[in-house]
Amino acid sequence: MKQYAYYPGCSLESLGKSYHLSTLEVAARLGIEFKELEDWNCCGATAYFPVDELLAYTLSARNLAIAEKTGLKDFVAPCSACFKNAYTTNKYLNSDPDLAEHINYALEEDNLHVAGTMQVRHLIEVFVEDIGLDAIKEKVTYPLNNLKVAPYYGCQLVRPRKGNENVENPRYFEELLSALGAEPIEFESKTRCCGGSLIVTNRAAALDMVEKLLQDAVNSHAQIIATTCPMCTVNLEVYQSQVNREFHTNYSIPIVYFTQLMGTSFGCTPKRLGINKEIIPRALEKSQVEAV
Amino acid sequence: MAVEYPFSKVIGDMMYASHQNPITDCLQCGTCSGTCPAIEYMDFSPRKIIGMIRANLKEDVLSSNTYWSCASCYHCTVRCPAGIDIAEMMYALKRYSMWKSQFKEGLIGPDFSESFVKMIVNSGRSYEPILAATYLPKYSASAIVQEALTASGLVFSGKMNLFPKKIKRIKNLQNVVRRILPLGETS
Ligand code: SF4
Ligand code: SF4
Repeated sequence: MKQYAYYPGCSLESLGKSYHLSTLEVAARLGIEFKELEDWNCCGATAYFPVDELLAYTLSARNLAIAEKTGLKDFVAPCSACFKNAYTTNKYLNSDPDLAEHINYALEEDNLHVAGTMQVRHLIEVFVEDIGLDAIKEKVTYPLNNLKVAPYYGCQLVRPRKGNENVENPRYFEELLSALGAEPIEFESKTRCCGGSLIVTNRAAALDMVEKLLQDAVNSHAQIIATTCPMCTVNLEVYQSQVNREFHTNYSIPIVYFTQLMGTSFGCTPKRLGINKEIIPRALEKSQVEAV
Repeated sequence: MAVEYPFSKVIGDMMYASHQNPITDCLQCGTCSGTCPAIEYMDFSPRKIIGMIRANLKEDVLSSNTYWSCASCYHCTVRCPAGIDIAEMMYALKRYSMWKSQFKEGLIGPDFSESFVKMIVNSGRSYEPILAATYLPKYSASAIVQEALTASGLVFSGKMNLFPKKIKRIKNLQNVVRRILPLGETS
């Protein structure tokens, strides 16, 4: 059984709990194991960088150091913000010995040392690249036929750029959805920012960004939006009702984690996926264009 | 007389890890502004801010809300033909303004970032609803959680922790942080 060092991140312990549950459930079905890091700390999301750059990298480096101690190869984060922070920290640890030295000096206080040897991956990459679409397809017992899904990549899963991958029009999320029997829609806003990091500090801007995304999803005939990040989910979901209040709209488009769709197509029980069992049947019945 | 240190260099120096950021190579093409999802809420567009930095208009840059309105989406960054990491530059401006305690009146960002860091230094973990509730007077932490749970039917067995658990080695973590930043008293 292939094992991965798993860094859930703070959101998955609270608002994103259903992402955590569905991730573990789907992993078990696919025969892989996510081993949660011991005593991990918050990666700081987007809030450390305005305060101190070195601190931001050091806090992510502590998690990487803990992961290195497990002897496993891959560091997996389901949250796009955690992923981006760990990825860039790891990259700079490798490219800047000075930075690495500073960080290691600080980490001595916790008897840790970071070498920058982990491969930092986002959860969806593990499923698409390591498990592969064919193996996933084999597990599908309840294909999500006719379900029109907007694949929402968001920002920090695809950006900043890592190599020469297609950052303007990635396709792997669509391919994964097709493997589950669903119908991915052409979603123009799929990599547009949801404003998650601004929801507290600049609420008007954030709600506007959420509204534009919801509008595009609905106009593109999506019945449901699938996400790869707890921050995006909370933003699109929790603030949907506030968007309705403020923009006098009537959106009621469900937001689910891609792992919940995977699990549903594998026949996992809704409870184990942290999903309301009516969401998908209801989404199938409802054409969102008529609803708004 | 002291030689004046251009503001573009000052900001460049605030980017330790991404020190290859060639702000002065900006072509003023406007691709970043055309891409930015938050532009309507900025006093000056990203293109303009870079132009202002290069023109050494330090005070005007710092007193604008532009960099505190950046959502860190990196969309401008991946599109800039001059290879400038504009999102990182916005972070650098935030850091500089925090350091100098100089920012436009009425912004929540600086205070929020500081509270966030304090929360993490105290517990090792973060819990956004609590912080959000402090700044969104109409909502309490439990209201935000409730809305999240009911919005589209997230269901849980077992109750949720309203406060983050402390990590086990929090003292060590605080000492790690102390080697980077002077800390006030932590509780
Ligand atoms: S996209 Fe790059 S080169 Fe063009 S205006 Fe923006 S920073 Fe300057
Ligand atoms: S990173 Fe900031 S400046 Fe650049 S496009 Fe996104 S919000 Fe605009």
